[in-house]
Amino acid sequence: MTQSHRIAGGQIDRSTTLRFSFDGQSFAAHPGDTLASALLANGVRLMGRSFKYHRPRGPLSAGSEEPNALVELRTGARREPNTRATVVEVFDGLQASSQNRWPSLRFDAMAINDRLNSFFTAGFYYKTFMWPASFWEKVYEPIIRRAAGLGSLSREEDPDEYDKGFLHCDLLIIGAGPAGLMAALTAGRAGVRVILADEDFRMGGRLNAETHAVGDQTAASWAAAAVAELASLPNVRLMPRTTVLGPMDHGIYSAVERVSDHLPEPLPGKPRQTLWRIYSARAILAGGATERPIAFENNDRPGIMLAGAMRAYANRWGAKAGDRIAVFTNNDDGLRTAVDMASKGVDVVAVIDSREGGDLLPGIRHLRGAVVTDTAGRLGLTGITLRQANGRAETLQVDALAVSGGWNPNVNITSHHRSKPRWDEGLLAFVPGEGGPSGLSVAGAAAGVMSTQGALHTGQAQALAVLESLGRLTKPADLPQAEDAPVRISPLWHVAGGKGRAWIDQQNDVTVKDVVLAHQENFTSVEHLKRYTTLGMATDQGKTGNVLGIAVMAGLTGQTIPETGTTIYRPPYTPVAMGALAGRSRGPEFKPVRLTPSHLWAKEQGAVFVEVGNWLRTQWLPKPGETTWRQSVDREVLATRRSVGICDVTTLGKIDIQGTDAGAFLDRVYANTFSTLPVGKCRYGLMLREDGMVMDDGTTARLGPHEYVMTTTTANAVPVFRHLEYVRQCLFPDMDVQLISTTEAWAQYSVAGPNARKLLEKLVDQDISDAAFPYMAAGHITVCGGLRARLFRISFSGELAYEIAVPTRYGDALIRRLMQEGAAFDAVVYGTEALGVMRVEKGHVAGNELNGQSTALNMGLGKMVSRKKDSIGMVLSQRDGMTEPDGYRLVGVKPVDPARAISAGSHFLEIGAAPVAANDGGWLTSVVYSPHLNSQIALGYLKAGDQKIGRRMRAVNLLTKVDTEVEIVSPHFLDPMGERLRG
Amino acid sequence: MIINHPILGPRDAQEFVYLGDASLMNRPDTMTAGIEAFHDWLYTRDNPAGLHRELWYHEQGDRSWLVVTRNTLTHEITQVELARDVALALRRSK
Repeated sequence: MTQSHRIAGGQIDRSTTLRFSFDGQSFAAHPGDTLASALLANGVRLMGRSFKYHRPRGPLSAGSEEPNALVELRTGARREPNTRATVVEVFDGLQASSQNRWPSLRFDAMAINDRLNSFFTAGFYYKTFMWPASFWEKVYEPIIRRAAGLGSLSREEDPDEYDKGFLHCDLLIIGAGPAGLMAALTAGRAGVRVILADEDFRMGGRLNAETHAVGDQTAASWAAAAVAELASLPNVRLMPRTTVLGPMDHGIYSAVERVSDHLPEPLPGKPRQTLWRIYSARAILAGGATERPIAFENNDRPGIMLAGAMRAYANRWGAKAGDRIAVFTNNDDGLRTAVDMASKGVDVVAVIDSREGGDLLPGIRHLRGAVVTDTAGRLGLTGITLRQANGRAETLQVDALAVSGGWNPNVNITSHHRSKPRWDEGLLAFVPGEGGPSGLSVAGAAAGVMSTQGALHTGQAQALAVLESLGRLTKPADLPQAEDAPVRISPLWHVAGGKGRAWIDQQNDVTVKDVVLAHQENFTSVEHLKRYTTLGMATDQGKTGNVLGIAVMAGLTGQTIPETGTTIYRPPYTPVAMGALAGRSRGPEFKPVRLTPSHLWAKEQGAVFVEVGNWLRTQWLPKPGETTWRQSVDREVLATRRSVGICDVTTLGKIDIQGTDAGAFLDRVYANTFSTLPVGKCRYGLMLREDGMVMDDGTTARLGPHEYVMTTTTANAVPVFRHLEYVRQCLFPDMDVQLISTTEAWAQYSVAGPNARKLLEKLVDQDISDAAFPYMAAGHITVCGGLRARLFRISFSGELAYEIAVPTRYGDALIRRLMQEGAAFDAVVYGTEALGVMRVEKGHVAGNELNGQSTALNMGLGKMVSRKKDSIGMVLSQRDGMTEPDGYRLVGVKPVDPARAISAGSHFLEIGAAPVAANDGGWLTSVVYSPHLNSQIALGYLKAGDQKIGRRMRAVNLLTKVDTEVEIVSPHFLDPMGERLRG
Repeated sequence: MIINHPILGPRDAQEFVYLGDASLMNRPDTMTAGIEAFHDWLYTRDNPAGLHRELWYHEQGDRSWLVVTRNTLTHEITQVELARDVALALRRSK
């Protein structure tokens, strides 16, 4: 197809021709084209279908505010939905396709919605899909989900990389139009560090789209020269293709740079996009303005576009929107489109100017006091109907219509911290209000200064103010002469009187009728209006439609537009790919993985690993011939209790606590007493939160008069350390105590079972007989002929057990040595599953019982809370509700019939009681299979459980459909007297 | 946000963990205060729209607890102190 609508001029490189395809058809384009400009140059106006009514649509705008021309780009894993054709740079081989249509863009079966439009008014979903309730999940939701959304995802993993970066500067300038360029020149020449960011791939803003002069050059040439000078300054960083998404706090700005979107695929080593965090105490917003349409019947046909966009396509891209055009405007700026298009040789059939009186354009049919009332053309505009000042209707054959309802300053970023924009009666637009982000000033059209001269002036003035605040007072350079026309506009929001639909928000198919309905049903606040009609939602966030909608609502309520107000502006300014927000945090790099010292050995042995926080721990270690996890776990438990088992317990938190007040400090953080613990001994410690609930538990050893080592649970290693620092710095700053986390410094193994001592005696250099190293002993030792180590005689399994720690770099050697020496005892390594079985058999609490809602009394450890000393949580552990004699108590549970299953989360019910909340007696926290009892066993919290030992109840789980008769027993299933421990 | 650490200078708020109202440092005396006083101290806190003294922990840094005075409406930070210094002053004033 030829470029039938290509005209002379513009900033495209005609020496190179690119090929791209749209819906399978091949077209020609030039470097500098956007997908929209290239399609228009090829005479293609139809680019998309609207969201609800599937109306045929073409581009409304020439920028990021585009509501209509949303397309899918690329194929396969790189397929990307909902990109705006108006900002997509064409590259050779680009494949684009339309979306939200079936079977084709020209014939869309879902366009039946357009015929049924009287049903699909605002609130349709709320009113229609209400009942019956049972239809919601199975019928309504699938239908709605199928109909909703525009593009579709590839469902393949994104093959590209995304990155994050950090930048610092003295001045960030957002937008590179006349105001932004002038500000950057002023600050850049003064030598301060400047970042100039613009969403466009070509800097210059409207200077590239207009025909007037700046100084003795064309606007576009002046912009190019300014960009070249800035590029030559080492202290200025130009960031095209970079959208500033919004201001965070304290001078931090978020921005996304589309590094490779304009290429078929990223260059080697380059990301697709980079999310920047820009630190700049000072910023100038020079984000320009966005034109808005006027609502009239059938104002959404392909070929109808904003006046500024139509002349941008002609002036910047050499693409004419039509051969016979008309212009509909309520302001002087719209007239420029008529003049520019006529000068390009396009037939300007009429200018329909809603304003009465005033000058007429020479040589063009300029109708004053006239309005467009309707349009024709199913897949593209073929004609318009207008009403002249004298009331006479007239039909014109045109294939394009330029519409200008005035310009809205892009105040978004000034309002992201909740500053309310101010209504300017002269501009008929919202301008930045008071109290915007600290350090942010505004220049040019974004500030409501709409002329080029005004933009250059305010850009320079704001930069000078920044320089002064930086102590770099600078003499201003002479500004070039530029267009300085005043804004002349009369209000016209909606051409009333018709029966058809007049679109306000084209993307969401919100028409004047929907706003009327919202008003009728009392959704008159702008925030309600937005939610009820979807005005201003989705990818464009109402950049073209919002003010129009507000104005129509104001007309209905009788309030003024400023009284009606705007919805809240929130970042991001334009949509951001999830990939850019994730950066490198995806797949295996989503979070760090921590490996235990025995990991390599366990991996060699074929261990099955489980994620425990960031750690990977051995869950069980299958032997040849074992086909189910239970076989492995049962074997590990039985072998440990029969002879000896080894478990890597490095993941438990370890905190060294030293200082003359170390013991006193521990007395504060533990509910029980540690200052009296003899040197060379361990003690189980119970740590409460200040509210009296149990925070954590673990053993703490005293290795010297002023030296303790605390262990925490794996899950709480970090929070407990944070808590200890809090107690030390904020509550007891007088104490002489120092803390350091040594979790990673020591590789630690539990060696448990009747032969544990015999095995360790082969490695430990010192005497560890029961007399020399009794139950709960702890101390510094050496192993293997001199390696420093720590030994603790503590047990979680209930067996004769030790924990032995060596510096982490020896951890791999130690597990290999233990297994080598352990061969004589048939030693096994056991994983977290066997660990869990043995601790439940012994009645020890763990994460399931330490759930942040349980007290020492609940756990049967109430006597551990000393009332004789100050400790965190002591006072509030005694308050009402925490000390009831019939509160929850830890119990053991086993099924009456050992063959019957029980499941964790089951609730205790009396036999015969109905399974309702009123009869709930508590719940099962942990359930394991005990190979010793040949039955499942459990721990649980049961109301007055300590008084119910021996009683029969039911464990009921309505979700897993388990209802099993159980016997309440002591939580100590095995060796209740602890004889094994002391062996 | 940027927190101007008294020792380390300006640091990104992402390096910190937030705890809450710095009045938590004014802990009642366990042996004399009683349950009511503890309850009031722990649970009944102000939620000001404006200046708020609060505890932040430099977990990805030097492990200092800081008392940060922040305007909850604007996020402006007007003062940053080492919590230990504040706690010592609090002790001396008792």
